[in-house]
Amino acid sequence: MGSFIYSVLGDPFVQMLQMPDFLMQVVWEGFVSGILYALIALGFVLIFKASGIFNFAQGIMVVFSGLTLVGLHELGVPAFLALFITLGVMYVLAFSVERLVLRNLVNQPDIILFMATIGLTNILIGLGQWIFGGETKSMITEQLWLPTGSSVWEPGGGLVIFQHIDIAAAVIAALLIICLALFFSKTKVGRALRAVADDHQASLSVGISLNHIWVITWFAAGIVALVAGIMWGARSDVSFSLQIIALKALPVLVLGGFTSVPGAIVGGLIIGIGEKLFEIYWGPLFGSGIEGWFAYVIALIFLLFRPQGLFGEKIIERV
Amino acid sequence: MKDIAQGYMTEDGRQIGAVLMELKNITLKFGGVQAITNASFDIREGEIRAIIGPNGAGKSSMLNVINGFYHPQEGEVWFHGKKRPSMPPSEIARQGIARTFQNIALFHGMTTVENVMTGRQLMMKKNFFWQLLRVGPALEEETVHRRKCEEIIDFLEIQAIRKTPVGSLPYGLQKRVELARALAMEPKLLLLDEPMAGMNVEEKEDMSRFILDVNDQYGTTIALIEHDMSVVMDLADRVVVLDYGKMLADGTPDEVQKNQAVIDAYLGVEN
Repeated sequence: MGSFIYSVLGDPFVQMLQMPDFLMQVVWEGFVSGILYALIALGFVLIFKASGIFNFAQGIMVVFSGLTLVGLHELGVPAFLALFITLGVMYVLAFSVERLVLRNLVNQPDIILFMATIGLTNILIGLGQWIFGGETKSMITEQLWLPTGSSVWEPGGGLVIFQHIDIAAAVIAALLIICLALFFSKTKVGRALRAVADDHQASLSVGISLNHIWVITWFAAGIVALVAGIMWGARSDVSFSLQIIALKALPVLVLGGFTSVPGAIVGGLIIGIGEKLFEIYWGPLFGSGIEGWFAYVIALIFLLFRPQGLFGEKIIERV
Repeated sequence: MKDIAQGYMTEDGRQIGAVLMELKNITLKFGGVQAITNASFDIREGEIRAIIGPNGAGKSSMLNVINGFYHPQEGEVWFHGKKRPSMPPSEIARQGIARTFQNIALFHGMTTVENVMTGRQLMMKKNFFWQLLRVGPALEEETVHRRKCEEIIDFLEIQAIRKTPVGSLPYGLQKRVELARALAMEPKLLLLDEPMAGMNVEEKEDMSRFILDVNDQYGTTIALIEHDMSVVMDLADRVVVLDYGKMLADGTPDEVQKNQAVIDAYLGVEN
């Protein structure tokens, strides 16, 4: 019994202290995947805030945008032109979703809109496979001028390896988040977006067109999906199995709150770093594989004690 | 009732102009429920027009028809002498119709100033690249609109709460911020849905004063719904009375008060 308690509460920390460079490596790896979780979660938050819809299709949007980019390049389109066209495709997608789905289902119960996004998921899967085929593709990392090598850092005789693509992912994600934050706080459209997120009726009464705002939010979520798609694709490959990873955004959202952008970021980082640490240091106790379920257990604990998440708006029901 | 086709003079000596909005034979149904039946009246430039009636009389529905939340099954809405086609409420707001809500619809995450600034939303034309950079024409534009908002904030005496998130404000102040946001749109027609509901006597007096001042200083035409009869009689130039969706009376406060059908509806009929 004593040895079990030691192996849970003692040994992992002793290991961390003995090899601090390895600990740093683990935290860094967790940090990078945390940022990518945060990006995917951010796409969910944008749409949820503006329209109250939980967009099940966010994961497939990540895959679809990545596939479009790589697929266009395979057809001989230069990389940056392909990137530009892919942005256009995401806009067309946002526009069509608003015109064909949201506009017709406005004022329907949430569950119906949620079902509609599941339908959208299947359409995008079918469309993606039909146009680009089902096989795994590799991201056009170099063609997009993204770095591929790695650097070694040796703090006090230790060894930490940084993949350049990971550094690039962190920097680009940070830039994207800063741009979105500025866009939301400083521009007229951003103000309109926040207004719609707050109150639909009041927005209409000051002349904000909900349809217009929905297109913009879905397009913003599309851009976020494209960036996430490029980065995930560069670290692994572009395939439909990516959308499983996107489901990790769900516990991130439970942790951070469905309506909070900072929540999505902090939640993503906590889940990313947490699951790596547990996998490495506590994994052997459970026979490994912790990474698969760690996030969901954390989410469950949060649902029990703080259902609105770390940064979510407090749920107050007047009766 | 005397002929007022070319406008009229109020008791307190204000000149009321020509017809700004005319509702013709409005009928609104929700499934089998008839919310408004064949109601017709007009709203004139510079006027304070009250819509009154018991609960469920269709007053709020009428306001929602005017600002486009509801589309009536029958009847026409004429604005500025033209028949208004069916259009979304955001488009109607663009034409100069602002409103407040019975249950306060503010943007709770924003401060008072930000809320009022949303009322200027439609007038800001510079695209977001300029706004992001905060230079030149975009900054100038922002400043101009901001100045107008500050003027309205001063006017309604809510300077003290300029930077306060509106969610934490007391009810009476929230109502005032909502009015400020509507005024920021510089509307031709201002719709107020029970602007004094839930207020104490002092707050009601303040709000009455603001409504009169708005009408006086900005010349804004106002249509309001109110339950408090003494308030209505003080504020309104003309009153429409609805009951079960039907028009009972239309006239000056005095005329309406003496109308037997109105007295019956409010006090109940003795058999």
